[in-house]
Amino acid sequence: MTGYNYTILIPIIPLVMFLVTGLLGMKWKPIVSGLLGTVGMGSSWLLSIITAASYFFGGHHAEGFQTIIPFEMTWLRFTESLVIKMGVLLDPISVMMLVVITTVSFMVHLYSIGYMHGEKGFQRFFAFLSLFTFSMLGLVIATNIFQMYIFWELVGVSSFLLIGFYYQKPSAVAASKKAFIVTRFADLGFLVGILILSFVTKTFDFAQLTQPGTTIFGSAASMSFLGISAMTWAMTLIFIGGAGKSAMFPLHIWLPDAMEGPTPVSALIHAATMVVAGVYLVARMFPVIHFQAPAAQEIVGYVGGFTSLFAAVIAITQYDIKRVLAFSTLSQLGYMMLSLGVSGYGGEEGLGYMASMFHLFTHAMFKALLFLGAGSIIHAVHSNYMYDMGGLRKYMPITHITFLIACLTIAGVPFLSGFFSKDEILVAALHHNKLLFAIEFIVAGLTAFYMFRLYFSVFWGKDRHYHHTPHESPLVMTIPLMFLAFASIFAGYLPFTELVTSDKVGFESEMNYMVAIPSILIGFLGIAVAWILYKKESDIPAKLAKSWGILYTATYNKFYFDEIYLFVTRKIIFNYISRPIAWFDRHIVDGFMVGIGTVTEKASYKIKGMQSGQLQHYAFAFVAGALALALFMIYYLM
Amino acid sequence: MNVFMFYLFSGIILICSLLTITTRRILRAAVYLLCVLLSTAGLYFMLNYQFMAAVQLTLYAGGIVVLIIFSILLTHHITHRFKHPDLVKLIMGVGTGVIGIGLVLATIFSNSFQPASVQELPVDMTVIGTQLLSTEKNGYVLPFELISILLLAAMIAAIVIAKKEKNKNTEI
Amino acid sequence: MIQGIPLEHFLVVSTIMFFIGVCGFIIRRNLITMLMAVELILNSVNINFVVFNRYLYPDQLQGQFFSLFIVGIAAAEASVAIALIINIYRKLKNIEVENVSELKF
Repeated sequence: MTGYNYTILIPIIPLVMFLVTGLLGMKWKPIVSGLLGTVGMGSSWLLSIITAASYFFGGHHAEGFQTIIPFEMTWLRFTESLVIKMGVLLDPISVMMLVVITTVSFMVHLYSIGYMHGEKGFQRFFAFLSLFTFSMLGLVIATNIFQMYIFWELVGVSSFLLIGFYYQKPSAVAASKKAFIVTRFADLGFLVGILILSFVTKTFDFAQLTQPGTTIFGSAASMSFLGISAMTWAMTLIFIGGAGKSAMFPLHIWLPDAMEGPTPVSALIHAATMVVAGVYLVARMFPVIHFQAPAAQEIVGYVGGFTSLFAAVIAITQYDIKRVLAFSTLSQLGYMMLSLGVSGYGGEEGLGYMASMFHLFTHAMFKALLFLGAGSIIHAVHSNYMYDMGGLRKYMPITHITFLIACLTIAGVPFLSGFFSKDEILVAALHHNKLLFAIEFIVAGLTAFYMFRLYFSVFWGKDRHYHHTPHESPLVMTIPLMFLAFASIFAGYLPFTELVTSDKVGFESEMNYMVAIPSILIGFLGIAVAWILYKKESDIPAKLAKSWGILYTATYNKFYFDEIYLFVTRKIIFNYISRPIAWFDRHIVDGFMVGIGTVTEKASYKIKGMQSGQLQHYAFAFVAGALALALFMIYYLM
Repeated sequence: MNVFMFYLFSGIILICSLLTITTRRILRAAVYLLCVLLSTAGLYFMLNYQFMAAVQLTLYAGGIVVLIIFSILLTHHITHRFKHPDLVKLIMGVGTGVIGIGLVLATIFSNSFQPASVQELPVDMTVIGTQLLSTEKNGYVLPFELISILLLAAMIAAIVIAKKEKNKNTEI
Repeated sequence: MIQGIPLEHFLVVSTIMFFIGVCGFIIRRNLITMLMAVELILNSVNINFVVFNRYLYPDQLQGQFFSLFIVGIAAAEASVAIALIINIYRKLKNIEVENVSELKF
């Protein structure tokens, strides 16, 4: 293995591009910023591929992959033991994430040159894209949990900037605020979890925390709070931070609204990279969670399972293309979390871990493809809503074919990548928790159904009369689509079980036909139902919707969670907590300060009266003072 | 005899000084002041300080009181009666006075003064004159000169302050 | 030394006269009556000095000379005070002490 020192360039190049396009972008023609951003991203992508090839396929790895730290520096030193370092950590999951992030980001950059053409904030967009990529890369190569937290926050900021890109639209501003506040709220839990963890173990470092057979948790056994052990608290709180970023229930409310951002942003951030940061965090802390806080691992599994079911049910009724895809993302993230929740450690036991990472990889590819395809459709039709579309297969062939490939992948059709990764998750769930397996099985069917509902409504269905004929997108937009379709098909054949595992030692695995056949069947069942209802125009869906009645309306309104949150914040928190605190601040804290001023003013007014200018007052003061002094000196001092 | 004269003089002093500060007509106040000064001169005569008594009579009674009466006539309606002083001032003044008297008398009576038994010096004009102009021990030529400068300064100040534009006022 | 009259009696007289003068200075509203009260104070101090001289140090004349000088200074001070009073009367047309409060804040 040659030195991996060049890996520090992978995040640095996007940072430089951010600074250059951010500061100087307005001086040049917009296309220059776009090209700079894309070229920078392309070079990062090449470096990641080289790193991955050299890490995974170069050299001898019988005893497992090593954790390599090519670069580390001390950033902030508080005391002897409390040091915050910044560095680059290379191990199987971080190298895999490098490949995912740079690939998707590169494709999104290329796509945006076409999609954002003519927009007013073109340079700003590319600057923010580079900033986001830098933050995300910094997050995945973090050597210690504090560095990860710093980049975590940076990712949140970049996401805020990108969701609120159309800052003159009030809905976009509200959505970006919501995303930031919800994730920030979850990050509070994350920070407290970090503090508890570092208090117990006296270190922030990942290498030390996840080393097998480590003894730094010895002191944790005796600590507990309210009957729950300290490590469970720490890990649950850290998971809450991850749940915020990955939009697990009940912190899922920001993700559908985040679709206000431009579609390439949705592809990059809300499908492929930022939302998997939570999953990545749990995977990174996996040995700690598995061995020190098994209760937290159960929580992870159940939250993931519930979220995937919840989101899949809502996705069935939505009309906005991007909302359907957003809920689909939520559902797939639920899959990944669940898989981590049911995983063991080491070899075959660690199947869930491997499956989660595998699904992360494949999901990034096909979800990005779905979003970019949706962007292409929206660009052509100028509307987000399914009822404005239909019969598009005649006008946009390339988009049609790539979108179809992505839908087939997500539905779990055999020989495409989605089938392999989803299957491994189902096998892992079956071995550990039958209930979660059942949930995931049902969700697989629902996934196929709503994705093909989307596909048929857009590309088949009724032939609408369009105002201007939709045309296929330009080459710069379709090339990424084709590349991602290619990746979706063939990524499933990567030998993940040998490369990315819980204890970094590869293992062999085979197809489990007991699980594979039923899952294929239920996928086809979903596709068939969607075919019947949506391929040709019919009124069966409307009649079905009416017959479900209240349940349909509740699902359509996302089970009213947004309303509940708004109610709680506005009526309860604002009225009963914020108002008294504001009153306290205004009247007591400020009042105290003002009171000091008023008291001083009044006292000085009274004291001012002593300078009355009246001769006799002065004489009186003089004589009285002399008498008092004489009294004091004669009778007290002598 | 001495004792009787002493009580007479001190009675006059105290009563007239009280009347000076409480009377409502200003000319009467000046007259009461005159009585106080005359009685003080009487006390000096009793103590065998004739020169001192003479100076008191000449300067104080004959100079300053006359000066005061002149200024009263220049600046006042003689028949004008004073108003009663207001309560705050009254309390301030009387309080200070009473407390002061109490304190000082307590101090005086807690100390026992021993009259000296040294032979007293006969005080007549030659002694005063030589002592006033001598520079040896017990010589007062320096204060004498300073007083004369002070009187000169006071004269010039009084003239300058009270001067009218055209007319000249000659005081003292 | 006068037979039969102890020193303290003289001191009582002068003390009471002194504080009557202080009282008068604070109570009175007219500048000229305030001046008269000041003369009372000065006189009481004179008596004090003379009496101490006669009773405690009969072979020296310090008390008497001091009193002499006090009389001289009192005369000078009274003349300047009268000049000031006349000036104030010309400006303000009356000589209430409340009107001369230029040192007020």
